[in-house]
Amino acid sequence: MISLTIDNQPVEVEAGATVLEAARKLRIDIPTLCHDSRLKPHGACRLCIVEIAGMPKPVTSCTTPATEKMVVTTQSAHLNRLRKTTVELLLSDHPNDCMICIGSGDCKLQELAYRFNLRGSRFRGKMRAHDRIDENPFVQRDQNKCVLCGLCVRVCEEIQGVGAIGYANRGFESKITPPFEKELSCEFCGQCIAVCPTGALSGKLWVGYPRQQGLEKTETTCSYCGCGCNLTLHTYGKSIAKVTSRQDNHNRGWLCVKGRFGYEFVTSNERLTTPLIRRQKGGSLEPASWEEALDLVASRLLDIKSKHGPDAVGGLASARCTNEEGYLFQKMFRAGIGTNNVDHCARY
Amino acid sequence: MSRKITVNVCMGTGGIAAGGSTVMEAFRQEFAEVGVDNARVVEKCRLHKVGCRGFCARDVLVDIAIDDQSWTYQYVDEKMVKRLVAEHILDNKPVEQWLVGDDYHTFHDNQEKIILGVLGHIDPESIDEYIGIGGYKAAEKVLATMTPQDTIEEIKRSGLRGRGGAGFPTGLKWSFCAANQADRRYIICNADEGDPGAFMDRSVIEGNPHAVIEGMIIGAYAIGADTGYIYIRAEYPLAVQRLKIALAAAKERGFLGKGICGSSFDLDLKIKLGAGAFVCGEETALIASIEGERGMPRAKPPFPANKGLWGKPTIINNVETLANIPPIINRGAEWFTSIGSEKSKGTKVIALTGKIRNTGLIEIPMGMPLKKIIYDIGGGIEGDRLFKAVQTGGPSGGCIPQQHIDLPVDYEGLKSVGSMMGSGGMVVLDETDCMVNIAKFFLTFTQEESCGKCVPCRIGTKRLLEILTRITEGEGKPSDLDLLQELAEDVRDASLCGLGMSAPNPVLSTLKYFRHEYEAHIFQKKCPAKVCSKLLTFYIRPDHCVGCGACKKACAVKAISGELKQVHQVDQALCIKCGSCFDACKFNAVIKE
Ligand SMILES: Cc1cc2nc3c(=O)[nH]c(=O)nc-3n(C[C@H](O)[C@H](O)[C@H](O)COP(=O)(O)O)c2cc1C
Ligand code: SF4
Ligand code: SF4
Repeated sequence: MISLTIDNQPVEVEAGATVLEAARKLRIDIPTLCHDSRLKPHGACRLCIVEIAGMPKPVTSCTTPATEKMVVTTQSAHLNRLRKTTVELLLSDHPNDCMICIGSGDCKLQELAYRFNLRGSRFRGKMRAHDRIDENPFVQRDQNKCVLCGLCVRVCEEIQGVGAIGYANRGFESKITPPFEKELSCEFCGQCIAVCPTGALSGKLWVGYPRQQGLEKTETTCSYCGCGCNLTLHTYGKSIAKVTSRQDNHNRGWLCVKGRFGYEFVTSNERLTTPLIRRQKGGSLEPASWEEALDLVASRLLDIKSKHGPDAVGGLASARCTNEEGYLFQKMFRAGIGTNNVDHCARY
Repeated sequence: MSRKITVNVCMGTGGIAAGGSTVMEAFRQEFAEVGVDNARVVEKCRLHKVGCRGFCARDVLVDIAIDDQSWTYQYVDEKMVKRLVAEHILDNKPVEQWLVGDDYHTFHDNQEKIILGVLGHIDPESIDEYIGIGGYKAAEKVLATMTPQDTIEEIKRSGLRGRGGAGFPTGLKWSFCAANQADRRYIICNADEGDPGAFMDRSVIEGNPHAVIEGMIIGAYAIGADTGYIYIRAEYPLAVQRLKIALAAAKERGFLGKGICGSSFDLDLKIKLGAGAFVCGEETALIASIEGERGMPRAKPPFPANKGLWGKPTIINNVETLANIPPIINRGAEWFTSIGSEKSKGTKVIALTGKIRNTGLIEIPMGMPLKKIIYDIGGGIEGDRLFKAVQTGGPSGGCIPQQHIDLPVDYEGLKSVGSMMGSGGMVVLDETDCMVNIAKFFLTFTQEESCGKCVPCRIGTKRLLEILTRITEGEGKPSDLDLLQELAEDVRDASLCGLGMSAPNPVLSTLKYFRHEYEAHIFQKKCPAKVCSKLLTFYIRPDHCVGCGACKKACAVKAISGELKQVHQVDQALCIKCGSCFDACKFNAVIKE
């Protein structure tokens, strides 16, 4: 363990922990914009700067490893001035349109402007005017709102392993883009949207719903696969406005394209809501209760087993089953029906 | 005739640009025609624009050495070759009128050359010539008689500090790197040289590549690296080519590869080409670039000496730093500490440019007073105009005014007046330079070269430049002075890497020493140096105007009216302040104010 002092309070952290992590352990609030504890530190936004005794100038707490006997100061007039200027600079190149921005209410820049009480910026000047190339089905990009925190690039590389986006150009004209500034062509997992701190990246499916007011949140579990990622459904009346995921869970807030965007089936007209049974040969499928349907399947299985033997029956389980369900399924076939003809779709 | 004749023709990038190859070819043909015996034509000098000895603007410089005597000719072109061969070489009568003058000698006599001395005297493409002047002796000595620890101690004792910018003690840096437990370590030579107007490192590599390689061998041995990279910008094709030749030759002679000089030490050196981003000279961005990532700096700590290339302890040293290593080993730390000032030992190569008579590449002992550099080596201000300031350290440095003309040029001296050594750029400014415009020039550069990673530099330098621009265009407001000062301080204090931290220096130093020029632009809407065109007014003095109409013809927007032989006038509403009339008038009748 390493012991250090932050704002006159002693704290102990594991070797390798950063100063920011140590401060958070003490519940000291250091502002950040480009930081996400699930990703590698980046040090770009310069908001988490702190003063460390013996170091000639402020350093970013997110990148600096805590060392024994380090003495850290997180609040001072100088630090505050630098942080405020940094936010002011960001605002000087940001469309001032929170009222109609899809990110409003869930925007770190907005929070920072509020925290530093910044109505406007001393640094009016040129603003970026990016073209909007936006033909992909899921990710809505508004590059003029990008703060270049690099979170999207890092999540795509570090977590998703896709590397669909990167940086282009230099200085003020730097921007995040797919290779050769082409349209996004990727997995559409939407992780980049999830980590974007502003309204620069959002979901196309979110458009047309309220942003905060009037939305109801329901915690649930994704039914697409056995991973069982936690989902938060944001519903408006009977429809789903968007899906997010909490970080304090086994999937750490990460989702795939299905969990994040594959929810339109919920309100689809074509969705089956009851089992269907063809009661007469040549007849049409008719709605039935689960009881009736399960009884029918059970009796037909037993029928086949008694006429043709247990090996005439086989079972193929879905990847959407959990481990426990998978276990029960093979148990039913092996012990219940008496056959080893059982498999799982993920094996193909 | 059995005289030994050597003709040295400048064949650096600058020499070639000035016609070095044509001159060389002319000599070759002439020799073939007249049949000079034993004549040896050697490709020599390697200083771009500088010619052989660092003397810019006199290219093509040619030495004719006969036996032990040598003469230097300046501004040589192929048409002069016939006469040089006929009179000097065949008739033994030097062509006096084409010889360099006294200023050539004052230029050189005041210098102290550890690094540049060899340049212009050996063929950079011949390892034998390098070995002939004692090359690779230092590497052999270190490998045969010194432990890595001894080597580090020797460099520590020499007081050598990094020549790439920050001036960090080289021996200390090596010892930090060597102290890490690691299965692998790397050494990198930083030859990215991106400051506008800087060409010291290129000249060293073009003129004496083996010195850098030898320095790397010694450094690698000291820290225990088995692989090294030379990161050099692709815009330096001649330097790259000469490095390649030198690396191949060193390998063939057993100075690189397995079991160097019969020891058990192995070293492999690779060249990595940079794509010309200034920020890739910053060590962490350079490492990212070698790793195949976008050249964006990473936060320090951890420092490269602890966690560098591919996470391994890595030493990055500048070209000139490394070229200093062999002489230190050969001649000893005591010799090195005898040169220079108290805290800055040895010499510094400087690119001297601007409004000065003798522009060029020079090498001075650390601590030489600014005045001596400007007036003795540099020959004073061009056209005997008034000295105003000297800008050192390139885009990261500051402007030093007249009052500090006696300042010793070393790390501490320059820092004490708000500038820095940087890589050794020195631009002399005179009364016709506008200091606000100079700050704007450097900010334009840094703003474009910012990597875009961190907010203060990415947006801050842009805003600084915008404020400077509006001041030079007469749109400056009184509050801009404070805003400029505050923003410059904040960008300096909050940026991630050295680029952003030092980019405000040109603004801060000119605000400090030349505030009156800013005020003149803002309050009087005047540019005292008459540079900022939007603040100028052009008018014609009736008593001087002869009505020749030259100005009228020159004006592209038809802002000048007047009949022939009558006094002309400028219509201020139409004038775009391009200055064409000012240049066109032969009678000093056009005034700009
Ligand atoms: C923006 C920027 C550009 C730099 N460019 C160079 C360069 O072109 N060459 C160089 O040797 N050092 C350059 N440096 C300094 C390097 O980061 C590093 O300090 C140096 O290479 C270390 O070598 P030294 O100790 O031998 O000086 C640059 C630094 C910054 C911040
Ligand atoms: S949607 Fe997923 S794969 Fe596509 S860019 Fe974003 S993070 Fe990368
Ligand atoms: S200071 Fe400038 S160059 Fe350096 S990391 Fe920040 S944006 Fe990039």
